Amino acid sequence: MTPGCVITIFLLIGITFVPVGLVCLQASNSVAEIVHRYDIDCVPDAYRRNKQAYIKDSLISKKCIQKVKVQYHMKAPIYVYYELDNFYQNHRRYVKSRSDKQLRHGMKYTDSSCGPLERNNGLPIVPCGLIAWSLFNDTFGFTRGSIGIMVDRKNISWRSDREHKFGKDVYPFNFQNGSLIGGGKLDPDIPLSNQEDLIVWMRAAALPQFRKLYGVIEDDLQADETIDIHITNNYNTYSFGGKKSLVLTTSTWLGGKNDFLGYAYLVTGSASIFLSILFALIHVKIPRPHGDAAYLSWSRKSSN
Amino acid sequence: MKRFVYINDESYQNDYCDNQISNTKYTLWNFLPKNLWEQFRRFMNQYFLLIACLQLWSLITPVNPASTWGPLIIIFAVSATKEAWDDYNRYISDKQANEKKVWIVKNGARKHIQAQDIRVGNIVWIRENEEVPCDLVLTGTSEPQGICHVETAALDGEIDLKTRVIPPTCAGLDAEQLHKIKGVIECPIPDKDIRRFDANIRLFPPFIDNDICPLTINNTLLQSCYLRNTEWACGVAVYTGNETKLGMSRGVPEPKLTAMDAMIDKLTGAIFLFQLAVVVVLGSAGNVWKDTEARKQWYVKYDDDEPWYQILVIPLRFELLCSIMIPISIKVSLDFVKSLYAKFIDWDEEMYDKETDTPAHAANTAISEDLGQVEYILTDKTGTLTENKMIFRRCCIGGTLYGNESGDALKDVELLNAVANNSPHVIKFLTVMALCNTVIPIKSPSGQISYKAQSQDEDALVNAASNLHMVLVSKNGNNAEIHFNRRVVQYEILDVLEFTSDRKRMSVLISDSESGKIFLLSKGADEAILPLAYSGQQIKTFIDAVDKYAQLGLRTLCLAWRELGLQEYLEWSRLFKEANSALIDREWKVAEVCQKLEHTLDILGISAIEDRLQAGVPETIEILRQSGINFWMLTGDKQSTAIQIALLCNLISSEPKGQLLYINGKTEDEVARSLERVLLTMRITSSEPKELAFVVDGWALEIILTRYKEAFTELAVLSKTAICCRVTPSQKAQLVKLLKSCDYRTLAIGDGGNDVRMIQQAHIGVGISGREGLQAARAADYSIGKFRFLKRLILVHGRYSYNRTAFLSQYSFYKSLLICFIQILFSFVSGIAGTSLFNSVSLMAYNVFYTSIPVLTTVLDKDLSERTVTQNPEILLYCQAGRLLNPSTFAGWFGRSLYHAIVVFLITIHVYANEKSEMEELSMVALSGSIWLQAFVVTLEMNSFTFVQFLGIWGNFAAFYIINFGISSIPSAGMYTIMFRLCRQPSYWITMLLISGVGMGPVLALKYFRYTYSPSAINILQKAERSRGPMYTLVHL
Repeated sequence: MTPGCVITIFLLIGITFVPVGLVCLQASNSVAEIVHRYDIDCVPDAYRRNKQAYIKDSLISKKCIQKVKVQYHMKAPIYVYYELDNFYQNHRRYVKSRSDKQLRHGMKYTDSSCGPLERNNGLPIVPCGLIAWSLFNDTFGFTRGSIGIMVDRKNISWRSDREHKFGKDVYPFNFQNGSLIGGGKLDPDIPLSNQEDLIVWMRAAALPQFRKLYGVIEDDLQADETIDIHITNNYNTYSFGGKKSLVLTTSTWLGGKNDFLGYAYLVTGSASIFLSILFALIHVKIPRPHGDAAYLSWSRKSSN
Repeated sequence: MKRFVYINDESYQNDYCDNQISNTKYTLWNFLPKNLWEQFRRFMNQYFLLIACLQLWSLITPVNPASTWGPLIIIFAVSATKEAWDDYNRYISDKQANEKKVWIVKNGARKHIQAQDIRVGNIVWIRENEEVPCDLVLTGTSEPQGICHVETAALDGEIDLKTRVIPPTCAGLDAEQLHKIKGVIECPIPDKDIRRFDANIRLFPPFIDNDICPLTINNTLLQSCYLRNTEWACGVAVYTGNETKLGMSRGVPEPKLTAMDAMIDKLTGAIFLFQLAVVVVLGSAGNVWKDTEARKQWYVKYDDDEPWYQILVIPLRFELLCSIMIPISIKVSLDFVKSLYAKFIDWDEEMYDKETDTPAHAANTAISEDLGQVEYILTDKTGTLTENKMIFRRCCIGGTLYGNESGDALKDVELLNAVANNSPHVIKFLTVMALCNTVIPIKSPSGQISYKAQSQDEDALVNAASNLHMVLVSKNGNNAEIHFNRRVVQYEILDVLEFTSDRKRMSVLISDSESGKIFLLSKGADEAILPLAYSGQQIKTFIDAVDKYAQLGLRTLCLAWRELGLQEYLEWSRLFKEANSALIDREWKVAEVCQKLEHTLDILGISAIEDRLQAGVPETIEILRQSGINFWMLTGDKQSTAIQIALLCNLISSEPKGQLLYINGKTEDEVARSLERVLLTMRITSSEPKELAFVVDGWALEIILTRYKEAFTELAVLSKTAICCRVTPSQKAQLVKLLKSCDYRTLAIGDGGNDVRMIQQAHIGVGISGREGLQAARAADYSIGKFRFLKRLILVHGRYSYNRTAFLSQYSFYKSLLICFIQILFSFVSGIAGTSLFNSVSLMAYNVFYTSIPVLTTVLDKDLSERTVTQNPEILLYCQAGRLLNPSTFAGWFGRSLYHAIVVFLITIHVYANEKSEMEELSMVALSGSIWLQAFVVTLEMNSFTFVQFLGIWGNFAAFYIINFGISSIPSAGMYTIMFRLCRQPSYWITMLLISGVGMGPVLALKYFRYTYSPSAINILQKAERSRGPMYTLVHL
């Protein structure tokens, strides 16, 4: 722990961190991202006061068209996410309410871990548990003028999940048949391993604000272009004031748009350089002979 | 209370226990409950059991119950197995002893039975080299004089042979008669005093007189002794089974707790309170959030009408989540490193005594840290500071001093001439030297005579006499044979007036077989003999000689004799017999009777025996005193000798640098005044740089300890050095207790049986395996071969142990708190519902592998080299004052864990936000961040770097990834593919780097700043060591 050694360490940290920060920022800035919140705009004016009545009433059409202007050129592939805010997928009661065994091997393996939604009318539910029950069921479509934009909804889930976590011969059963309907329904003829929306949803998010992949647009979007989004606004976030947004974004080696890493690196790096300069200055001003025994005093009075 | 034993009487049924010995703690049936009960008396274990039980309730457990039950069961099983194994070994050895075949007399004939079937009153026969199965009163031996020899090593650790005699009333009975003997023995109820047996025996007719005959410990054969040099012996069983003297004195010593353990327990308690506070606060916050927010979150599906206990669910979940704050691994790691410290002591080559072939040994593996915190050392003198190798050096016979020039009287030509010329004074002197003792001469087949003596002084005297041609050739019962200048002289030994520490002298009554004259030979301390001189004898030369010898540090004994008339002897003999058969206050009565004979003595001279200081003693004491340890010398020796030795070994300094304050006096008033005066001087001069020491003798100490304890306690606090002479074993123990009551860490060091109580009483007992047997070494926590090893034991082993445990324990809390704080922070973004961010496997592995192994390598860490420490012993202050483990250092670690938790958590949730916020991934990122910080923290805190430490830290780091890659490739595991996925992302590595930089930067800066601008003495020495500059050796104040 000589002064020279410590000053060099801080200097080195600074010298490496600042460029890394700049590279991260550059990567983040090169991402083009459109975030469009739709949960309020999609409620007809008549129901603005009572959104819950609107969302719970199955007779009202939930279709809704939103216009979005593309700011920058977006190069394919463009990822389509839905973003939920103030939604606690990490709540203890919620995140535990699933059965990995049942998802993989079928209804014989239904166990109590799915409580409080394990069975209905005495029959096991497949897939059981709160997470599956609250499946997100808004849908999105995109048109450029009157021409539709293809959204690829295949392979949006992890391959490992499709192959090893969700069974190929496990079919939905007795799902959303109870008195309380939660979220989306599942086609009972498609095995769970092909229900990709479910697989994506079942990867619980650790934070109350999260994005989940909906699909991929394989077309470039041009700057200043306006596209229409066709939304079916089925999912109830009004009861607890949750926000719903649609996100279109490109991606880089670092992922989506996130300035945090870049700024954090810049701040840490410059703080290190500052510290090393400060230490060097103090060292020059108040030099301490290294290992001078004259500073040793065995005063016992200071002992505690 | 008395016990009446009817000898050899089958018809008399007594209800005393049989001779079954049982040392076991458990039986087969009560083992499990009793052992569990004992383990659960510890708070930590109760706590962990409670946590483990709560985890069984699946509604509240954040993780798999196995993560607590597994380690808990392993810990319990390990300690239970150890207990069971020890107890089984005890059972086996008990069984062997119980089933051993012995001969007893039944219905007038000898029978072979198992030892456990011996009943009180049975006559037991023992052959040479057999072990005595129970406490016996000797009734017959193969030797015509009625004596036998026993080895009592198992009982008191003394290795010399002791003589036991049959009571006079049984003398001369042949084997046939011994079968038929009847009578009654009156003895005290069983006790544990192995030096006392005040009983008497009366034989029934037809066996001669039915007089009462006194019995002493010399008439007994105690359990566990071995019969030696005697063909056979027989005796009456008086105490059997667990009621024997050995059985009664067996006790489980209280386990010792180090100051550090106490501190760790205190900190654990504080953390527990903190945990409760967290649970209450977060629990209530959780309940509020649940009622205000969570009920609106339809997907969580709370029922509206819940059972009442639901209000407890969230607090209990937090309790479980926070339970890792108190790391279950800390006890295990501490036990492990402590046993390593003990092994280091056992293995230390530099503490191996080549001379006696004894390595150092740590019998108590749990208290090494205390060695580094010693504040007071209480040391015995003889055999501890000195070699206890007594050599006769000088003498003063009839006013002439011999051995002055050469320092060895045996080579003094004048003395040799006097011997050759049959100078009467010298002959008398030598006769006393040869006869006034309890030495047993043993003649080897080759004719060589060797002596078995209980006291080293007597051994020295007899050997010196034999070198001066007064050879004690044999002692057969009451007859002693002496060869002097090729003349054979026979004496009959009439009585032995034994040595006691109160009388401070012993005498032997002999009669010359030729002339029939009776003489009293006495030897003892000068103050016990000189006042008894006949009036008119000039004793000034003797007093001068004693002073002179004492100043040379020699042990003096005063030798005297007197001729008795037959009538006087007969009269006295009756009194003596009476006193000896007293059951009550026998010792006192005997002393009084002895006094009647020991008067108007003719003082023959003074013998001076040298007991050299052990090598390295002054240096050791010097260094230990420099390191701030206070020394008290407790000795049974006389004041002047004690002071002399103290001067020789640097314990005190001579005037003008030092000053001795005497507390003396015979009456309470005198002692009180003396104490007051000394205390006053102490108070006044405590600021002066003068070394003060007080000297107190056993008599004054007795008064002080009973009447003026408070004043003495104050004195004890003020005084760094003390010399207590003429103290008894129990006073030694009392002094230790007194210092302990002032909250000082005490270390007692001694070598003899008289030090055992002090050794057991002190926080740390150190025994020197020396010439006075192994008794002290056996009772001690540490045994060493020589006093000088104490330096290394304290400065090197004690200090390192303290430093290492200080780091290890605080680090254990740090890493547990770190993970716990992350969990708490996570609960703020998960609806305060008590969700665990980490999965069960990670949590368990975090405690068991990832964080335990690297830190265990601290057992190799050395903050300063051994050489620096011995050169700057003052550095021990840091351990003594507990500067490395106390609430404020702990607060530092607490703050560090909080800071690191915030760094890890905030960086993780910001980088892994939005589309990356998958639970398993985010949890693994936070865990890896913690592991990275751990590795850097341990690296930063280690002072020395060896290959093992490097491997421990970074090998473990690699192991973390390997283990997680392993788990990530199991399809059924929750974290399948996670680790591979993360390692492919550049953002993962960038995040780890950021966490390390932000986490360690301030820690490093702070440490550097403190190290450079407000360094502790340790830091300065470290710098000096590293620069290896000329300041390497320091100037001492």
